[in-house]
Amino acid sequence: MSVSSSYLTVTHPDDLRSAALAPVVTRPGRGFRVLIVGLGLVVSAGAAAYVYQLVNGLGVTGKTDQVFWGLYTTNLVTFVGFSYGGATVSAILRLTHASWRGPISRIAEATALVTLAIGATFPLIHLGHPERVWMILTNFQINSPISWDMIAILTYLFATIVLFSLPLIPDLALLKSEPLLGGWRQRLYAWWSGGWAATLEQQQHLNRALTGIAVVIIPLAVMVHTVLSYAFSLTSRPGWHSTVFGPYFVIAAIYSGVAIVVLTTAAYRRAYHLRQQIPARAIVNLGYLMAGLGVAYGYLLFTEVTTEGYVGEESAETLLFSLILDRWSVLFWFFVVTGLAVPVLLIALRRTRTVGGVTLAAALVTGSFYLKRFLMIVPPLTRPLIDGDWGTYTPSWVEWAISAAAVAAIPLLLMLVFRVLPVLAVHEIKEINNQHSELDGGDAGGSE
Amino acid sequence: MFQQREGWGQPSRTRPNFSSPILSDLVSLPRVATGSTSRRGFLFSLGTLGVTAALGGRFFDVVFAADEIDQIRSTVDTAHQWVMVFDLRRCDGCRDCIKGCQKEHHLPQSTEWIKVYELTGAQGKPFTMPVLCMECEDAPCVRVCPTQATYYRPDGVVIVDESICIGCRMCMAACPYGARVFNWEEQTDVPEQFHDNRPEFTIPQRTGTVGKCTLCVHKLAMNEFPACVESCSMDAIYVGNLVEDVASNRHETVVLSKFLGDNDAFRFREELGTQPRVYYIAGHGQDLAY
Repeated sequence: MSVSSSYLTVTHPDDLRSAALAPVVTRPGRGFRVLIVGLGLVVSAGAAAYVYQLVNGLGVTGKTDQVFWGLYTTNLVTFVGFSYGGATVSAILRLTHASWRGPISRIAEATALVTLAIGATFPLIHLGHPERVWMILTNFQINSPISWDMIAILTYLFATIVLFSLPLIPDLALLKSEPLLGGWRQRLYAWWSGGWAATLEQQQHLNRALTGIAVVIIPLAVMVHTVLSYAFSLTSRPGWHSTVFGPYFVIAAIYSGVAIVVLTTAAYRRAYHLRQQIPARAIVNLGYLMAGLGVAYGYLLFTEVTTEGYVGEESAETLLFSLILDRWSVLFWFFVVTGLAVPVLLIALRRTRTVGGVTLAAALVTGSFYLKRFLMIVPPLTRPLIDGDWGTYTPSWVEWAISAAAVAAIPLLLMLVFRVLPVLAVHEIKEINNQHSELDGGDAGGSE
Repeated sequence: MFQQREGWGQPSRTRPNFSSPILSDLVSLPRVATGSTSRRGFLFSLGTLGVTAALGGRFFDVVFAADEIDQIRSTVDTAHQWVMVFDLRRCDGCRDCIKGCQKEHHLPQSTEWIKVYELTGAQGKPFTMPVLCMECEDAPCVRVCPTQATYYRPDGVVIVDESICIGCRMCMAACPYGARVFNWEEQTDVPEQFHDNRPEFTIPQRTGTVGKCTLCVHKLAMNEFPACVESCSMDAIYVGNLVEDVASNRHETVVLSKFLGDNDAFRFREELGTQPRVYYIAGHGQDLAY
């Protein structure tokens, strides 16, 4: 077989193997090293800032008795939201047998795991006494939304770990004998894949487990984001106390989650020349998903503003006025344009419905949803509860440093993960291709 | 405090009924009898049913908080149930109550457990209104606290145990009255001899926890008036006992129910259902239920 023919067939096993392992075995270039060092420095600065906060107390933040939640809560909601992308792309597309999921499922699952792990640290970072967090268990109070949050996030974290680890088993079994891998990676791969021999029974078990976790993780993710919204909507504060908050959080999470999967996929596709393995179609399809979710989010935003504004109950109207016409209006409309209008247009117009266009849309969504979470949390707090001046909130350098570290940790952790583990789900891609060739051959009874 | 955990081990009220043919199909009981199905499958179904039933029963308790107060209140003090009355006709907004409170509890200048708002009534007349912890009977802060650091004393006063508080500030989000403050900075200026670590009387305030008005229960216990009542030069603040139906501002003592009724007393944000134990008497043309 000549080199040129293996280039033509994407599904050729050797080609797929080497593409999946390219980020692992390729000697890191200068760009990679510079990026790792740069991101590592940002994360270290954030860690140092957190130590400073631990020593001096939460007084080092810009928070006040009026605006007592700020950037940390924004980070928590944003990052846990990002992790929904993995659940969507991997689980929903698996259950609906979407054939284009193959090349992006590993990236989606890894992104979900990384963003959730980062997001799950913020409940701790924002506490006045993080060393007492175990008291949530010993003094358990089932009526508290914080207790629900803890149970939900930990369960979701566990499910995300399973969703990430299981599909790796057949892949690592396939790749463990790859001579290019170093010794410790070979040992890791062998340990992880256990006694996988791709027998029919093993494949059935794996498929069942994967379908099971896919079925479980979707309602679980819905619950996590709804329960997260309860920390706000189960209070009597105008701007938070709203029945729309559960669905609002869920849609926002999938929307921004798919966006960050697009960003990661596009980055790896470009950096490691995976254009053949990750077809443009996969990214454009994710773009369609994003456009639909963007429209859905716009609809929820519209109903929220209309129901609050039309009735004009004083406290709600004051807040709404400040949000769309007064002190927060620049940020609010900036979000509407960059987070909803432009991304949806970029995907709707044929001219821009390209990998570049969808990636740009995803970048806009990712950034502007950070802003939207801030606008969801902070303005309702700045409104005086009884009377007096509007509160102000200027995040301190400690909060900025820790937030920057969280943002930098996403690419850093992803780069480290894919230095160790294959970026493409080799087994899944092969399986999908086999199913399709079987279907083409008229034999449809071969699945499971 | 831990009373609410009772009942967890009791049988749930929606115990599955295995005589129903549909249910027994679901848990595959007949097939187990013949030994043809896996025990694991059966146990799994049974477990699922049990968990569902238990959670279902608990769900209503949690979400609708039906008997939550009884559960959290372990005992009820049958001799004292404290209330406060603010006679806004007399309040001139001098803020002496704030100073008295800060002195008693050694609070920093920036921390106000009792606040005085300058408001304007419907007829355009300005008035001042002191606001402290409303000692709600159905307190949102108690409900949302994840570690039971906020709890009801037997006499109805809501207290924060600052040695258990994890500082998540969920109670500050839940309180509709803005009565809670966070101890952002460490208090280093309080002399050692004043230090105290009772939940009802924590001095100095612990950094990284939430503090609030304690209704000076440490003084009430010694037959003294709360600091704000003592320091009010206008005699506008009354402390009362629901059980004895009496209230006093130090200089005059009134029959509580008659005093409240005769003067059309109202509770702040009554519509939220928090059942506050602080009453206000309007009188300068302000809205009755501001």
